[in-house]
Amino acid sequence: MSAPLPETPATSVPAAASNQLFPFVLQLADTSLILAHRLSEWCGHGPVLEQDLALANIALDLLGEARSYYQYAAELEGQGRTEDDLAYLRSAVEYRNPLLVEQPNGDFAHTILRQFLFDNFHYHLLRKLKDGPDTQLAAIAEKSVKEAAYHLKWSSEWVIRLGDGTDESRKRLDKAIATLWRFGGELTTPTATETALQEIGVLPDYAALLAEMQAHTAHVFAEATVPLPAPAFAQLGGKTGRHTEHLGYLLSELQYMQRTYPGLTW
Amino acid sequence: MVTAAAPTEARVWQLLEEVSDPEVPVLSILDLGIVRGVKVTGEQIAVTITPTYSGCPAMNVIATEIRLRLLAEGYQNVVIHNQLSPAWTTDWMSQAGRDKLEAYGIAPPVDGTATGHMLNLFGKDTAVRCPVCKSTHTHLVSQFGSTACKAHYQCDDCLEPFDYFKCHN
Repeated sequence: MSAPLPETPATSVPAAASNQLFPFVLQLADTSLILAHRLSEWCGHGPVLEQDLALANIALDLLGEARSYYQYAAELEGQGRTEDDLAYLRSAVEYRNPLLVEQPNGDFAHTILRQFLFDNFHYHLLRKLKDGPDTQLAAIAEKSVKEAAYHLKWSSEWVIRLGDGTDESRKRLDKAIATLWRFGGELTTPTATETALQEIGVLPDYAALLAEMQAHTAHVFAEATVPLPAPAFAQLGGKTGRHTEHLGYLLSELQYMQRTYPGLTW
Repeated sequence: MVTAAAPTEARVWQLLEEVSDPEVPVLSILDLGIVRGVKVTGEQIAVTITPTYSGCPAMNVIATEIRLRLLAEGYQNVVIHNQLSPAWTTDWMSQAGRDKLEAYGIAPPVDGTATGHMLNLFGKDTAVRCPVCKSTHTHLVSQFGSTACKAHYQCDDCLEPFDYFKCHN
C-alpha cells in the first residue's frame, strides 16, 4: 500500500463534526476491508471460473474503496497513523464493521445472500453520500458507486437464480436467509456517531434509505419466488466494537505479516 | 543521468504519451484518459492522475512508471496527485485508444451502455463487436473479466472468447 495519497480538498463539514467523521469513515473502511477479505477467501474455490473471477473482482473493488477511506481517516485523525497502521495494527474490539460482513463464507448461497444484503445497503448509501456535503467522502462515493452498482446487479441476479433454481439451490438459499437475515438490520440502525452525523446533514436519514432498499429487496425476492422474510430481530454490536468470534480469526490472518514483522514494508 | 533543461508542460505531455498501461500495454496512459493535468512550477512537475477502478493494482505501477520516465529525462522533482473526483469514465478514452484496443483483440467500450444505473436484472447484453471477425453476434459470459475494467464475452460466429472493455460512466 504505497500509492500517492489522494489530494484532499478542504472539507465543508463544520469542525465540530470532524470528531464524529473520523470514527464513521473508519467504520466504512473496516466494513469494506473485512468483506473484501472474506471474498478473497473464495479465490481459487469458486463454483466455476467466471464466478471465482467475479468474487475476486468485487473483493478488489472493496479493497480499493477501503484504502481511500483509511487514507482519509488517517488524515482526519491527524496523529501520524497511516492507512496501514489503521488496517493492520488495530485489534478486533477497535474494528467498527457491522457483524454481517465478518460472517464466514459458508456455501455459495450463504456468500451470495451476505453480499446481497450488503450491496443493497452499500449502493443506496453511496448514491446519497456522493451528493453529500463532505467533499472527500463525496469523491470516494462518486467513484465507488459505479462499482457498487455492478456488485448489486450481480448479487441480485444470483439471489434470483438460486431462489428460482433447483430444489437444492432453493434449500441452500433458505438456509442462508435463516442464518443471516438477523444481521441485515444493523446496517441501517444508526449508532450515536451516525445519528450525530445525520443531525448535521453529513449522513442521509436511514429511514429513507431503508425504504429504497426494501423496494429493491421486494422486487428481487418476488423474482426469486422466495417469500419476503418477516422483519427479524436485528443483531447489533459490530459498529460499536462488539463482534462475533469470527472477526478475531479473520484478523489474525489478515494482520499476520505486520504483527510478526512490525514495520514491514514491501 | 542527463541534466535537463527546465521542463515545459508540452514536453511532459509528450513524455507521458510514452507511458503505457501495464495491464493493456497497447494503450498509453493518455489514451486511457487517466492523466487529468500537468503543472510545471519552476523545477517541479505535478502530474494529476485519476484511478480507473478503486482497487486497480495498475495505478501504483503507473505512478512509478511516470516517475521513472520523467527521471530518465533528468526531471527529479515530480509530484503525483491522485484525484478521485470527477470519477474516471470511459468517455475520456481517446478514439486512437479505442482503435488500438480493438486491433489488440479487446473490444472497446460501447458508449452509453454503462450497466449500473438502472439495475435492470437479466437485462439484454450490450451488443459488442467481436474484435476478431467483427460479428456482432456475441454474448456476455461474465460481467467480471480478467481485470476490473473488462467483461468476458464470446463470439457466436467465430466462437472466439474475448475481453470487452466495459463502458463505465
